[in-house]
Amino acid sequence: MTTSPSSAVRTFPLAPTPRSRWRVARLIMWPTIAFVALLVLPWVVYPPIAMDIAAWALFAMSIDLLLGFGGVLSFGHAAYWGSSAYLTGWVAVNTGVPFPVAILIGALGAMVLAVPIGMLSVRRSGIYFAMVTLAFGQMIYFIANQLSVITGGENGLQGVPKTFFGIEAVEKESFFFYYAAIPIVVLGALAAWRIVHSPFGRVLSGIRDNPERVRALGYDVERYKLIAFVLSAGLAGLAGGVYAVSHGFVSLQEVDWTTSGKVVLMTVLGGIGTLWGGPIGAAIIVLLEDYLASAGFEGIGIVTGLIFIVCVVLFRKGILGTILAFVDRARTGGRGMPRFGRADRLAAPDSVTATNTAHDEEGNHAPR
Amino acid sequence: MHPDDTSAAGDVILHAKGLTKTFRDFTAVDAVDLSVKRGTIHALVGPNGAGKTTLFNLLSGFLKPSGGTITFDGRDITGMQPENIAHLGIARSFQITSLFEKLTALQHLELALGSPTGVGFQFWRSEKRLARFRDRAMDLLDQVGMASLADREVGHFAYGQKRAVELALALALDPQLLLLDEPTAGMGIEDVERTIELVDRISAGRTVVFVDHNMHVVGTLADRVTVLQQGAILVEGSYDEVRNDEKVITAYLGQANV
Repeated sequence: MTTSPSSAVRTFPLAPTPRSRWRVARLIMWPTIAFVALLVLPWVVYPPIAMDIAAWALFAMSIDLLLGFGGVLSFGHAAYWGSSAYLTGWVAVNTGVPFPVAILIGALGAMVLAVPIGMLSVRRSGIYFAMVTLAFGQMIYFIANQLSVITGGENGLQGVPKTFFGIEAVEKESFFFYYAAIPIVVLGALAAWRIVHSPFGRVLSGIRDNPERVRALGYDVERYKLIAFVLSAGLAGLAGGVYAVSHGFVSLQEVDWTTSGKVVLMTVLGGIGTLWGGPIGAAIIVLLEDYLASAGFEGIGIVTGLIFIVCVVLFRKGILGTILAFVDRARTGGRGMPRFGRADRLAAPDSVTATNTAHDEEGNHAPR
Repeated sequence: MHPDDTSAAGDVILHAKGLTKTFRDFTAVDAVDLSVKRGTIHALVGPNGAGKTTLFNLLSGFLKPSGGTITFDGRDITGMQPENIAHLGIARSFQITSLFEKLTALQHLELALGSPTGVGFQFWRSEKRLARFRDRAMDLLDQVGMASLADREVGHFAYGQKRAVELALALALDPQLLLLDEPTAGMGIEDVERTIELVDRISAGRTVVFVDHNMHVVGTLADRVTVLQQGAILVEGSYDEVRNDEKVITAYLGQANV
């Protein structure tokens, strides 16, 4: 969009306009599609399922913010989704505040929790980051299980009310509740979009591609990763809070490691680094699980596992990533660089660090 | 920026003393004493494995020394983080071109120019916010002859063009000391000549330390040359002194047939 020269001094041709026009089109197109889809969703599917899709969609976006734009895979994000779910539920049960307030408090709690965990995790990258976050996720599960005064332990936290200014339709009918809660999800998604397209987002994707280079420019890479981690935890917390209020109870499932795995699956299925791919993956997985469960099929894990394998082996860019790459190729006639598809980088081990260069002294593998 | 620059003691801008780096039982840099005078162009040469890149990584903070000290502009920077060293006024380029393929040349420069301002922490604002660095960014791209390609993604650039963007990035930090790791590596003869001219131009008012294997580049640019071998300093002097040194001829120049 900033394609026009800033001063008359520059006479050289700048970027051609069709490209930027296409960018603007895409900028408007995707949010519009998402918005319309969200509006009609409870007409098409059972409203509580629609709410599940929306909550998981935001959760998947929080993962993509870290994975697709920060280049680190959190395998313990259930900690933030779940802790916010518990805190939201606890606040809603005990204070009687409107549910959006409870959800906000839950999300803030998740962010606070993410600060110390993030500080201990961001020094790692690649598989080590995933492992450290998983370990903390398990720790939160343990705490949730033990802290049964608040969480209800094995029994879960029951009777979370949908308090909403005494408006009975919202408090009783899941159809109307959906429309009362969906703005929270939309605001969360817009926040994710804003973060990705902010100066911070620019630095973050620089860190993803080449942390050493960003460091050499004077950026404190770890601090950026920490902020991204905390912001991501906040979005996961918003999603978890919505989920808790929608279901009216919170179980240990919300802090279980399989929840962390499921949201990563959704993100990968939708397309890493696309931001809007996560919601597509979320919709597919939630609908599929609902269909299989109502059909009495018990081996849901086998199906989602197979999907994951197919996705990783056959189309690593995910659904939206594949579509966008196809569109991009058609547009540039195959000359252009693929814009998306972060998955290929994930296969690489830990990013090259300066210490790795000792053996390549004077060779071709100085810090990238 | 540095009002005490005028002091007579400021003659040496970078001073490494007994600088050592060992990796397990391998000593990559062995008790190196290096003094770089302000405003000069100083070349580091030596055969493969001599420790040049490790020395660079030590000076720019990417590696922590096992021993010794580094003083920059009268200040002990030993063991400091790379980002803090960058803020003090040491910028480095990388041996392997390390740009962000999806960003345009202009966006690269905006990223670099935004670094000291803290704008990068603004996650709630549009990235258009970075446009305020545009004029300065265009100016820097102009200096390296890349202004006409400012809005192209660097993924499409030719090798020499990428190296030019690398240089502009290093310059964006307005460094007092520029560390260039093999600025002409892998270049054809034309690009080499252009880079020599470029480095010469941007070195005005700065100190440059560079590593290069190309003796033509070293001979043309360097005021002073330090020859490393197996992590230690073999000889130091002007290009002509070094070139005619017996030890150097046997160790390096002889076999390189220059």
